Amino acid sequence: MIHPIPPGTRDVLPDEMRELRRLHLALIDVFEERGYGEVATPAIEYDEVLARGDGRTADTAYRFFDGSGDLLALRSDMTVPIARLIATRYARAEMPLRLCYLANAYRAVRPQRGQMREFAQAGVELIGLPAPEGTAEVVEVLEAALDAAGLGRAVIGLGDADLYRHLLTEFGVEGEARDSILGRLAAHDLVGLEAELSELQGVSDEQVATCVALSQLRGGKEVLDEARALGGAAVERATARLGETLEALEARGVAERVQIDLGLLRDLGYYSGAILEVYDPALGHVLGGGGRYDGLLKRFGVDQPAAGFALYMERVHVALMEEESRGGGSS
Amino acid sequence: MGRAKTEGPLKVAVPRGALLGETLDALDAAGIDTSEVRGESRSLIFPGQGITLVTMRPSDVPTYVEAGAADVGITGKDVLLEQADRVVYELLDLGFGRCRMVLAGRKGDERLGESERRLGMMRIATKYPRIAERYFEGTGRQVEVIEVKGSVELAPLIGLADGIVDLVATGRTLDENDLEVREEILECTARFVANRVAHKLRAREVDGLAAKLRQGLAR
Repeated sequence: MIHPIPPGTRDVLPDEMRELRRLHLALIDVFEERGYGEVATPAIEYDEVLARGDGRTADTAYRFFDGSGDLLALRSDMTVPIARLIATRYARAEMPLRLCYLANAYRAVRPQRGQMREFAQAGVELIGLPAPEGTAEVVEVLEAALDAAGLGRAVIGLGDADLYRHLLTEFGVEGEARDSILGRLAAHDLVGLEAELSELQGVSDEQVATCVALSQLRGGKEVLDEARALGGAAVERATARLGETLEALEARGVAERVQIDLGLLRDLGYYSGAILEVYDPALGHVLGGGGRYDGLLKRFGVDQPAAGFALYMERVHVALMEEESRGGGSS
Repeated sequence: MGRAKTEGPLKVAVPRGALLGETLDALDAAGIDTSEVRGESRSLIFPGQGITLVTMRPSDVPTYVEAGAADVGITGKDVLLEQADRVVYELLDLGFGRCRMVLAGRKGDERLGESERRLGMMRIATKYPRIAERYFEGTGRQVEVIEVKGSVELAPLIGLADGIVDLVATGRTLDENDLEVREEILECTARFVANRVAHKLRAREVDGLAAKLRQGLAR
Protein backbone atom coordinates (compact mmCIF):
# COMPACT_ATOMS: atom_id res chain seq x y z
CA MET A 1 0.00 0.00 0.00
CA ILE A 2 1.10 3.56 -0.71
CA HIS A 3 0.76 5.96 2.22
CA PRO A 4 1.28 9.59 1.24
CA ILE A 5 3.45 12.16 3.01
CA PRO A 6 2.78 15.92 2.85
CA PRO A 7 4.00 17.75 -0.28
CA GLY A 8 7.41 19.33 0.13
CA THR A 9 8.63 16.64 2.53
CA ARG A 10 10.49 13.42 1.72
CA ASP A 11 12.05 10.25 3.06
CA VAL A 12 15.78 9.67 2.86
CA LEU A 13 16.95 6.12 2.11
CA PRO A 14 20.35 4.59 2.98
CA ASP A 15 22.32 5.41 -0.21
CA GLU A 16 21.44 9.07 -0.02
CA MET A 17 21.68 9.16 3.77
CA ARG A 18 25.21 7.79 3.66
CA GLU A 19 26.29 10.62 1.35
CA LEU A 20 24.38 13.25 3.31
CA ARG A 21 25.91 12.04 6.55
CA ARG A 22 29.39 12.34 5.06
CA LEU A 23 28.63 15.90 4.00
CA HIS A 24 27.19 16.73 7.42
CA LEU A 25 30.22 15.38 9.24
CA ALA A 26 32.62 17.20 6.92
CA LEU A 27 30.87 20.50 7.57
CA ILE A 28 30.53 20.08 11.33
CA ASP A 29 34.25 19.20 11.44
CA VAL A 30 35.09 22.45 9.66
CA PHE A 31 32.93 24.41 12.10
CA GLU A 32 34.24 22.68 15.22
CA GLU A 33 37.87 23.08 14.11
CA ARG A 34 37.31 26.82 14.01
CA GLY A 35 35.79 26.94 17.45
CA TYR A 36 32.10 26.82 16.56
CA GLY A 37 30.26 24.58 19.01
CA GLU A 38 27.22 22.73 17.72
CA VAL A 39 23.81 23.46 19.24
CA ALA A 40 20.32 22.10 18.74
CA THR A 41 17.05 23.88 19.47
CA PRO A 42 13.44 22.68 19.32
CA ALA A 43 11.81 22.61 15.88
CA ILE A 44 8.69 24.18 17.44
CA GLU A 45 8.79 27.48 19.29
CA TYR A 46 6.28 30.01 20.56
CA ASP A 47 5.11 32.03 17.58
CA GLU A 48 5.55 35.35 19.36
CA VAL A 49 9.18 34.54 20.15
CA LEU A 50 9.98 33.80 16.50
CA ALA A 51 7.98 36.83 15.31
CA ARG A 52 10.16 39.01 17.55
CA GLY A 53 13.09 38.11 15.32
CA ASP A 54 11.46 38.55 11.96
CA GLY A 55 7.82 39.53 11.59
CA ARG A 56 8.16 39.13 7.86
CA THR A 57 8.44 35.35 7.86
CA ALA A 58 4.78 35.47 8.88
CA ASP A 59 3.49 34.39 5.48
CA THR A 60 5.70 31.34 5.20
CA ALA A 61 5.45 29.89 8.68
CA TYR A 62 3.57 26.81 9.87
CA ARG A 63 1.52 27.65 12.94
CA PHE A 64 -0.71 25.62 15.22
CA PHE A 65 -2.19 25.61 18.71
CA ASP A 66 -1.05 23.26 21.41
CA GLY A 67 -3.30 21.68 24.04
CA SER A 68 -3.21 24.74 26.29
CA GLY A 69 -4.14 27.13 23.49
CA ASP A 70 -0.67 28.60 22.93
CA LEU A 71 0.21 29.53 19.36
CA LEU A 72 3.28 27.59 18.22
CA ALA A 73 5.27 27.78 15.00
CA LEU A 74 7.81 25.62 13.22
CA ARG A 75 11.11 27.47 12.87
CA SER A 76 11.71 28.84 9.37
CA ASP A 77 15.47 29.17 9.92
CA MET A 78 18.00 28.69 12.74
CA THR A 79 19.19 32.27 13.13
CA VAL A 80 16.15 33.45 15.08
CA PRO A 81 16.00 30.43 17.44
CA ILE A 82 19.73 30.86 18.13
CA ALA A 83 19.19 34.56 18.86
CA ARG A 84 16.55 33.45 21.37
CA LEU A 85 18.95 30.88 22.81
CA ILE A 86 21.75 33.40 23.22
CA ALA A 87 19.52 35.90 25.01
CA THR A 88 18.27 33.17 27.33
CA ARG A 89 21.40 31.13 27.99
CA TYR A 90 24.40 33.30 27.13
CA ALA A 91 23.30 36.83 28.03
CA ARG A 92 26.33 37.38 30.27
CA ALA A 93 28.75 35.12 28.41
CA GLU A 94 32.14 36.30 27.29
CA MET A 95 32.06 37.44 23.65
CA PRO A 96 32.66 36.57 20.90
CA LEU A 97 30.52 33.48 20.92
CA ARG A 98 30.78 30.88 18.14
CA LEU A 99 27.93 28.45 17.49
CA CYS A 100 27.04 26.14 14.63
CA TYR A 101 24.11 23.89 13.72
CA LEU A 102 22.78 21.31 11.33
CA ALA A 103 19.00 21.30 11.52
CA ASN A 104 15.75 21.08 9.60
CA ALA A 105 13.74 24.23 9.05
CA TYR A 106 10.25 24.67 7.61
CA ARG A 107 8.63 27.08 5.20
CA ALA A 108 5.16 26.88 3.71
CA VAL A 109 6.43 27.45 0.17
CA ARG A 110 4.90 25.96 -2.96
CA PRO A 111 6.88 22.77 -3.37
CA GLN A 112 8.07 21.13 -6.64
CA ARG A 113 10.50 23.82 -7.78
CA GLY A 114 13.70 23.04 -5.95
CA GLN A 115 12.07 24.28 -2.78
CA MET A 116 11.08 21.86 -0.06
CA ARG A 117 8.82 22.68 2.88
CA GLU A 118 11.15 20.77 5.17
CA PHE A 119 14.82 21.29 4.42
CA ALA A 120 18.18 20.86 6.17
CA GLN A 121 20.47 23.79 6.85
CA ALA A 122 24.06 23.81 8.07
CA GLY A 123 25.50 27.07 9.27
CA VAL A 124 27.29 29.17 11.85
CA GLU A 125 26.53 32.19 14.01
CA LEU A 126 29.32 34.49 15.18
CA ILE A 127 28.14 36.79 17.98
CA GLY A 128 29.98 39.75 19.42
CA LEU A 129 32.50 40.36 16.66
CA PRO A 130 31.60 43.44 14.60
CA ALA A 131 32.30 44.26 10.95
CA PRO A 132 34.59 43.99 9.16
CA GLU A 133 36.49 41.30 11.16
CA GLY A 134 33.37 39.34 12.09
CA THR A 135 32.15 39.32 8.50
CA ALA A 136 35.56 38.24 7.22
CA GLU A 137 35.72 35.36 9.70
CA VAL A 138 32.28 34.14 8.62
CA VAL A 139 33.29 34.26 4.95
CA GLU A 140 36.48 32.36 5.79
CA VAL A 141 34.48 29.62 7.52
CA LEU A 142 32.03 29.55 4.61
CA GLU A 143 34.86 29.06 2.12
CA ALA A 144 36.31 26.24 4.19
CA ALA A 145 32.85 24.67 4.38
CA LEU A 146 32.40 24.85 0.59
CA ASP A 147 35.83 23.27 0.09
CA ALA A 148 35.01 20.52 2.56
CA ALA A 149 31.74 19.92 0.70
CA GLY A 150 33.67 19.45 -2.54
CA LEU A 151 32.44 22.68 -4.13
CA GLY A 152 35.77 24.25 -5.00
CA ARG A 153 34.22 26.34 -7.75
CA ALA A 154 31.45 27.90 -5.68
CA VAL A 155 31.28 31.70 -5.62
CA ILE A 156 30.27 33.93 -2.72
CA GLY A 157 28.34 37.08 -3.58
CA LEU A 158 28.95 39.96 -1.14
CA GLY A 159 26.59 42.92 -0.98
CA ASP A 160 25.24 45.53 1.41
CA ALA A 161 21.77 45.17 2.90
CA ASP A 162 21.31 48.87 3.72
CA LEU A 163 22.41 50.34 0.39
CA TYR A 164 19.01 50.78 -1.25
CA ARG A 165 17.16 51.74 1.93
CA HIS A 166 19.63 54.60 2.34
CA LEU A 167 19.75 55.45 -1.35
CA LEU A 168 15.96 55.74 -1.57
CA THR A 169 15.86 57.89 1.56
CA GLU A 170 18.46 60.09 -0.11
CA PHE A 171 16.12 60.33 -3.13
CA GLY A 172 13.29 61.33 -0.78
CA VAL A 173 11.43 58.05 -1.29
CA GLU A 174 9.90 56.83 1.98
CA GLY A 175 7.24 54.56 3.42
CA GLU A 176 5.15 52.33 1.18
CA ALA A 177 6.72 53.63 -2.02
CA ARG A 178 10.15 52.68 -0.70
CA ASP A 179 9.03 49.20 0.33
CA SER A 180 7.53 48.66 -3.09
CA ILE A 181 10.76 49.75 -4.82
CA LEU A 182 12.81 47.53 -2.49
CA GLY A 183 10.52 44.67 -3.51
CA ARG A 184 11.27 45.35 -7.18
CA LEU A 185 14.99 45.42 -6.40
CA ALA A 186 14.84 42.16 -4.45
CA ALA A 187 12.97 40.49 -7.34
CA HIS A 188 15.39 42.09 -9.79
CA ASP A 189 12.50 43.39 -11.88
CA LEU A 190 14.45 46.10 -13.70
CA VAL A 191 11.62 47.01 -16.05
CA GLY A 192 9.18 47.50 -13.19
CA LEU A 193 11.82 49.25 -11.09
CA GLU A 194 12.51 51.82 -13.76
CA ALA A 195 8.81 52.40 -14.48
CA GLU A 196 7.85 52.72 -10.82
CA LEU A 197 10.77 54.99 -9.87
CA SER A 198 10.14 57.25 -12.87
CA GLU A 199 6.53 57.72 -11.79
CA LEU A 200 7.48 58.96 -8.33
CA GLN A 201 7.39 62.69 -7.73
CA GLY A 202 10.76 64.32 -7.23
CA VAL A 203 12.92 61.44 -8.46
CA SER A 204 15.04 62.62 -11.39
CA ASP A 205 15.84 60.57 -14.48
CA GLU A 206 19.43 60.59 -13.37
CA GLN A 207 18.50 59.08 -10.00
CA VAL A 208 16.45 56.38 -11.72
CA ALA A 209 19.44 55.56 -13.93
CA THR A 210 21.74 55.46 -10.88
CA CYS A 211 19.50 53.02 -9.05
CA VAL A 212 19.14 50.70 -12.07
CA ALA A 213 22.86 50.85 -12.92
CA LEU A 214 23.84 50.18 -9.30
CA SER A 215 21.70 47.05 -9.13
CA GLN A 216 23.61 45.63 -12.12
CA LEU A 217 27.11 46.16 -10.70
CA ARG A 218 28.73 42.85 -9.84
CA GLY A 219 32.25 41.53 -10.24
CA GLY A 220 35.67 42.22 -8.74
CA LYS A 221 37.06 45.09 -6.74
CA GLU A 222 36.70 47.46 -9.72
CA VAL A 223 32.94 47.39 -9.13
CA LEU A 224 33.43 49.56 -6.03
CA ASP A 225 35.00 52.32 -8.13
CA GLU A 226 32.27 52.04 -10.75
CA ALA A 227 29.70 52.41 -7.97
CA ARG A 228 31.48 55.41 -6.42
CA ALA A 229 31.40 57.12 -9.81
CA LEU A 230 27.60 57.10 -9.52
CA GLY A 231 27.93 59.29 -6.44
CA GLY A 232 25.82 59.91 -3.33
CA ALA A 233 26.21 59.35 0.41
CA ALA A 234 24.45 55.97 0.49
CA VAL A 235 26.73 54.59 -2.21
CA GLU A 236 29.78 56.10 -0.49
CA ARG A 237 28.83 54.44 2.78
CA ALA A 238 28.09 51.04 1.28
CA THR A 239 31.23 50.97 -0.88
CA ALA A 240 33.36 52.06 2.07
CA ARG A 241 31.94 49.22 4.17
CA LEU A 242 32.37 46.71 1.35
CA GLY A 243 35.91 47.97 0.80
CA GLU A 244 36.74 47.40 4.48
CA THR A 245 35.26 43.90 4.38
CA LEU A 246 37.23 43.14 1.24
CA GLU A 247 40.45 44.35 2.88
CA ALA A 248 39.79 42.14 5.88
CA LEU A 249 39.18 39.21 3.52
CA GLU A 250 42.38 39.91 1.61
CA ALA A 251 44.32 40.03 4.88
CA ARG A 252 43.04 36.50 5.60
CA GLY A 253 43.77 35.43 2.03
CA VAL A 254 40.16 34.47 1.31
CA ALA A 255 38.98 37.19 -1.09
CA GLU A 256 39.42 35.20 -4.30
CA ARG A 257 36.04 33.51 -4.38
CA VAL A 258 34.13 36.61 -3.37
CA GLN A 259 32.18 38.53 -5.98
CA ILE A 260 31.13 42.03 -5.00
CA ASP A 261 27.46 42.40 -5.88
CA LEU A 262 25.69 45.72 -5.40
CA GLY A 263 22.45 44.20 -6.68
CA LEU A 264 22.24 41.75 -3.79
CA LEU A 265 19.21 42.11 -1.56
CA ARG A 266 18.02 39.30 0.71
CA ASP A 267 14.37 39.09 1.58
CA LEU A 268 14.76 38.17 5.24
CA GLY A 269 13.86 41.09 7.45
CA TYR A 270 16.74 41.08 9.92
CA TYR A 271 19.80 41.74 7.78
CA SER A 272 21.92 44.88 8.11
CA GLY A 273 25.32 45.60 6.59
CA ALA A 274 27.08 42.84 4.68
CA ILE A 275 24.95 40.16 3.01
CA LEU A 276 26.14 36.95 1.40
CA GLU A 277 24.82 34.56 -1.22
CA VAL A 278 26.41 31.32 -2.44
CA TYR A 279 26.32 29.99 -6.01
CA ASP A 280 27.87 27.08 -7.80
CA PRO A 281 28.21 26.98 -11.60
CA ALA A 282 26.76 23.45 -11.56
CA LEU A 283 23.37 24.52 -10.18
CA GLY A 284 20.72 27.06 -11.19
CA HIS A 285 19.59 27.66 -7.60
CA VAL A 286 21.21 29.62 -4.78
CA LEU A 287 23.05 27.26 -2.38
CA GLY A 288 22.77 29.41 0.70
CA GLY A 289 23.29 32.82 2.14
CA GLY A 290 23.85 34.93 5.18
CA GLY A 291 25.33 38.16 6.35
CA ARG A 292 25.25 40.54 9.28
CA TYR A 293 22.27 41.09 11.54
CA ASP A 294 23.61 43.52 14.08
CA GLY A 295 20.14 44.56 15.25
CA LEU A 296 18.63 41.10 15.68
CA LEU A 297 19.95 40.19 19.15
CA LYS A 298 18.84 43.55 20.50
CA ARG A 299 15.26 42.55 19.77
CA PHE A 300 15.86 39.72 22.24
CA GLY A 301 17.52 41.98 24.81
CA VAL A 302 21.21 41.39 24.11
CA ASP A 303 22.90 44.22 22.25
CA GLN A 304 25.62 42.41 20.32
CA PRO A 305 26.71 42.47 16.68
CA ALA A 306 26.26 39.18 14.85
CA ALA A 307 26.87 37.49 11.52
CA GLY A 308 26.44 34.04 10.04
CA PHE A 309 25.49 31.91 7.08
CA ALA A 310 23.38 28.87 6.27
CA LEU A 311 23.80 26.35 3.44
CA TYR A 312 20.86 24.39 2.06
CA MET A 313 22.17 20.85 2.44
CA GLU A 314 19.98 19.19 -0.21
CA ARG A 315 21.15 21.72 -2.79
CA VAL A 316 24.78 21.36 -1.73
CA HIS A 317 24.38 17.62 -2.23
CA VAL A 318 22.93 18.07 -5.75
CA ALA A 319 25.71 20.50 -6.66
CA LEU A 320 28.31 18.06 -5.35
CA MET A 321 26.88 15.27 -7.49
CA GLU A 322 26.96 17.55 -10.54
CA GLU A 323 30.53 18.61 -9.82
CA GLU A 324 31.57 14.96 -9.44
CA SER A 325 29.90 14.03 -12.72
CA ARG A 326 32.05 16.65 -14.43
CA GLY A 327 34.80 14.19 -13.53
CA GLY A 328 37.19 16.86 -12.36
CA GLY A 329 37.55 17.95 -16.01
CA SER A 330 38.95 21.42 -16.47
CA SER A 331 36.78 23.71 -18.59
CA MET B 1 15.45 20.34 -7.70
CA GLY B 2 16.89 21.78 -10.88
CA ARG B 3 19.91 19.96 -12.20
CA ALA B 4 20.53 22.53 -14.83
CA LYS B 5 24.02 23.88 -15.20
CA THR B 6 25.03 27.43 -15.78
CA GLU B 7 28.05 26.56 -17.87
CA GLY B 8 28.91 25.78 -21.48
CA PRO B 9 27.35 27.96 -24.16
CA LEU B 10 24.80 30.49 -22.93
CA LYS B 11 21.38 28.85 -23.33
CA VAL B 12 18.69 31.24 -24.57
CA ALA B 13 15.02 30.21 -24.27
CA VAL B 14 13.20 31.34 -27.42
CA PRO B 15 9.37 31.42 -27.44
CA ARG B 16 7.60 29.62 -30.29
CA GLY B 17 4.28 30.97 -31.48
CA ALA B 18 3.25 34.61 -31.90
CA LEU B 19 6.47 36.03 -30.42
CA LEU B 20 8.85 33.87 -32.48
CA GLY B 21 9.27 36.10 -35.54
CA GLU B 22 10.05 39.28 -33.68
CA THR B 23 12.21 37.42 -31.16
CA LEU B 24 14.37 36.08 -33.98
CA ASP B 25 14.53 39.56 -35.55
CA ALA B 26 15.70 40.96 -32.22
CA LEU B 27 18.33 38.22 -31.89
CA ASP B 28 19.48 38.88 -35.47
CA ALA B 29 19.81 42.58 -34.67
CA ALA B 30 21.89 41.58 -31.65
CA GLY B 31 24.26 39.70 -33.97
CA ILE B 32 23.07 36.16 -33.22
CA ASP B 33 22.60 33.81 -36.17
CA THR B 34 19.00 32.54 -36.18
CA SER B 35 18.88 31.06 -39.70
CA GLU B 36 18.77 27.49 -38.35
CA VAL B 37 15.70 28.25 -36.25
CA ARG B 38 14.01 29.90 -39.21
CA GLY B 39 14.68 26.86 -41.39
CA GLU B 40 12.61 23.73 -41.83
CA SER B 41 14.27 21.82 -39.01
CA ARG B 42 12.01 20.34 -36.37
CA SER B 43 14.78 20.39 -33.79
CA LEU B 44 14.17 22.17 -30.52
CA ILE B 45 17.79 23.00 -29.77
CA PHE B 46 20.05 25.04 -32.07
CA PRO B 47 23.70 25.22 -30.98
CA GLY B 48 25.66 28.24 -32.17
CA GLN B 49 28.85 30.11 -31.37
CA GLY B 50 28.88 30.58 -27.61
CA ILE B 51 25.09 30.69 -27.62
CA THR B 52 22.55 27.89 -27.91
CA LEU B 53 18.98 28.74 -28.85
CA VAL B 54 16.32 26.53 -27.26
CA THR B 55 12.76 26.84 -28.56
CA MET B 56 9.73 26.21 -26.37
CA ARG B 57 6.22 27.37 -25.53
CA PRO B 58 6.26 30.93 -24.19
CA SER B 59 4.61 29.80 -20.95
CA ASP B 60 7.45 27.31 -20.35
CA VAL B 61 10.16 29.98 -20.55
CA PRO B 62 9.92 31.03 -16.86
CA THR B 63 10.05 27.37 -15.80
CA TYR B 64 13.26 26.64 -17.71
CA VAL B 65 14.91 29.91 -16.76
CA GLU B 66 14.01 29.67 -13.08
CA ALA B 67 15.60 26.22 -12.88
CA GLY B 68 18.66 27.36 -14.79
CA ALA B 69 18.04 24.86 -17.62
CA ALA B 70 18.10 27.99 -19.78
CA ASP B 71 20.34 30.84 -18.61
CA VAL B 72 18.25 33.60 -20.17
CA GLY B 73 15.06 33.78 -22.19
CA ILE B 74 12.45 35.85 -23.90
CA THR B 75 8.74 35.70 -23.14
CA GLY B 76 5.65 37.90 -22.79
CA LYS B 77 4.89 39.99 -19.72
CA ASP B 78 1.51 38.22 -19.59
CA VAL B 79 3.32 34.93 -18.98
CA LEU B 80 5.55 36.49 -16.30
CA LEU B 81 2.56 38.01 -14.50
CA GLU B 82 0.59 34.78 -14.64
CA GLN B 83 3.59 32.95 -13.14
CA ALA B 84 4.59 35.76 -10.80
CA ASP B 85 5.88 33.34 -8.17
CA ARG B 86 8.65 32.10 -10.44
CA VAL B 87 11.97 33.67 -9.56
CA VAL B 88 13.47 35.07 -12.75
CA TYR B 89 15.21 38.40 -13.20
CA GLU B 90 13.38 40.69 -15.63
CA LEU B 91 16.16 42.67 -17.26
CA LEU B 92 14.75 44.36 -20.32
CA ASP B 93 11.49 45.44 -21.96
CA LEU B 94 11.95 44.43 -25.60
CA GLY B 95 8.98 46.50 -26.72
CA PHE B 96 7.67 44.10 -29.34
CA GLY B 97 4.78 41.67 -29.13
CA ARG B 98 2.64 44.49 -27.78
CA CYS B 99 -0.87 43.45 -26.81
CA ARG B 100 -3.48 44.26 -24.19
CA MET B 101 -4.99 42.14 -21.44
CA VAL B 102 -8.67 43.07 -21.43
CA LEU B 103 -12.04 42.26 -19.93
CA ALA B 104 -14.45 41.57 -22.78
CA GLY B 105 -18.16 40.83 -22.96
CA ARG B 106 -20.78 40.24 -25.67
CA LYS B 107 -21.61 43.27 -27.77
CA GLY B 108 -24.63 45.14 -26.54
CA ASP B 109 -25.20 42.57 -23.82
CA GLU B 110 -25.49 43.58 -20.16
CA ARG B 111 -24.80 40.19 -18.62
CA LEU B 112 -21.62 41.40 -16.92
CA GLY B 113 -23.31 44.33 -15.19
CA GLU B 114 -26.44 42.41 -14.42
CA SER B 115 -24.64 39.47 -12.83
CA GLU B 116 -22.61 41.83 -10.71
CA ARG B 117 -25.68 43.80 -9.59
CA ARG B 118 -28.12 40.96 -9.04
CA LEU B 119 -25.85 38.06 -8.14
CA GLY B 120 -23.02 40.04 -6.56
CA MET B 121 -20.53 38.18 -8.70
CA MET B 122 -19.42 37.86 -12.32
CA ARG B 123 -18.32 34.64 -13.95
CA ILE B 124 -15.14 35.23 -15.92
CA ALA B 125 -13.53 32.67 -18.23
CA THR B 126 -9.81 33.05 -18.86
CA LYS B 127 -6.51 31.38 -19.61
CA TYR B 128 -4.96 33.79 -17.08
CA PRO B 129 -6.70 32.99 -13.77
CA ARG B 130 -4.11 34.68 -11.56
CA ILE B 131 -4.00 37.92 -13.54
CA ALA B 132 -7.82 37.97 -13.60
CA GLU B 133 -8.15 37.28 -9.87
CA ARG B 134 -5.60 39.95 -8.99
CA TYR B 135 -7.30 42.50 -11.24
CA PHE B 136 -10.78 42.04 -9.82
CA GLU B 137 -9.46 41.85 -6.27
CA GLY B 138 -7.55 45.08 -6.92
CA THR B 139 -10.71 46.78 -8.17
CA GLY B 140 -12.81 45.47 -5.30
CA ARG B 141 -15.12 43.19 -7.26
CA GLN B 142 -16.12 39.60 -6.69
CA VAL B 143 -15.77 37.14 -9.51
CA GLU B 144 -15.81 33.44 -10.14
CA VAL B 145 -12.79 32.79 -12.32
CA ILE B 146 -13.20 29.81 -14.64
CA GLU B 147 -9.97 28.54 -16.14
CA VAL B 148 -10.18 27.28 -19.72
CA LYS B 149 -7.37 26.07 -21.95
CA GLY B 150 -8.67 26.60 -25.47
CA SER B 151 -10.56 29.36 -27.31
CA VAL B 152 -11.81 31.44 -24.44
CA GLU B 153 -14.16 33.44 -26.72
CA LEU B 154 -16.48 30.48 -26.69
CA ALA B 155 -17.30 30.76 -23.00
CA PRO B 156 -19.62 33.83 -23.00
CA LEU B 157 -21.22 32.81 -26.30
CA ILE B 158 -22.72 29.61 -24.96
CA GLY B 159 -23.23 30.64 -21.37
CA LEU B 160 -20.22 29.28 -19.46
CA ALA B 161 -19.27 32.81 -18.34
CA ASP B 162 -20.51 36.41 -18.39
CA GLY B 163 -17.25 37.70 -19.82
CA ILE B 164 -13.64 36.85 -20.50
CA VAL B 165 -10.20 38.11 -19.57
CA ASP B 166 -7.86 37.58 -22.49
CA LEU B 167 -4.95 38.91 -24.47
CA VAL B 168 -5.86 41.05 -27.49
CA ALA B 169 -3.50 42.14 -30.24
CA THR B 170 -5.71 43.53 -33.00
CA GLY B 171 -9.14 42.81 -31.57
CA ARG B 172 -10.20 40.89 -34.66
CA THR B 173 -10.89 37.61 -32.91
CA LEU B 174 -13.09 39.40 -30.40
CA ASP B 175 -14.94 41.20 -33.14
CA GLU B 176 -15.53 38.08 -35.17
CA ASN B 177 -17.01 36.40 -32.13
CA ASP B 178 -19.35 39.26 -31.37
CA LEU B 179 -17.35 40.36 -28.33
CA GLU B 180 -16.10 43.82 -27.36
CA VAL B 181 -13.52 45.24 -24.96
CA ARG B 182 -15.11 46.54 -21.75
CA GLU B 183 -12.05 47.28 -19.63
CA GLU B 184 -8.35 47.40 -20.28
CA ILE B 185 -6.33 45.61 -17.60
CA LEU B 186 -2.73 46.09 -18.70
CA GLU B 187 -0.42 46.26 -21.66
CA CYS B 188 2.07 43.46 -22.32
CA THR B 189 5.30 43.34 -24.30
CA ALA B 190 8.10 40.81 -24.66
CA ARG B 191 10.70 40.77 -21.86
CA PHE B 192 14.27 39.53 -21.57
CA VAL B 193 14.68 37.44 -18.41
CA ALA B 194 17.62 35.75 -16.71
CA ASN B 195 18.24 32.93 -14.23
CA ARG B 196 19.38 34.20 -10.85
CA VAL B 197 22.63 32.23 -10.71
CA ALA B 198 23.47 32.81 -14.39
CA HIS B 199 22.97 36.54 -13.79
CA LYS B 200 25.63 36.37 -11.07
CA LEU B 201 28.11 33.85 -12.45
CA ARG B 202 27.86 34.73 -16.16
CA ALA B 203 27.47 38.44 -15.63
CA ARG B 204 29.51 39.45 -18.65
CA GLU B 205 27.64 37.26 -21.13
CA VAL B 206 24.20 38.12 -19.73
CA ASP B 207 24.91 41.86 -19.60
CA GLY B 208 26.51 41.68 -23.04
CA LEU B 209 23.46 40.06 -24.60
CA ALA B 210 21.13 42.51 -22.83
CA ALA B 211 23.19 45.44 -24.14
CA LYS B 212 23.22 44.05 -27.69
CA LEU B 213 19.46 43.47 -27.60
CA ARG B 214 18.96 47.03 -26.35
CA GLN B 215 21.17 48.43 -29.11
CA GLY B 216 19.40 46.33 -31.73
CA LEU B 217 16.02 47.64 -30.61
CA ALA B 218 17.19 51.23 -30.67
CA ARG B 219 18.17 50.91 -34.30
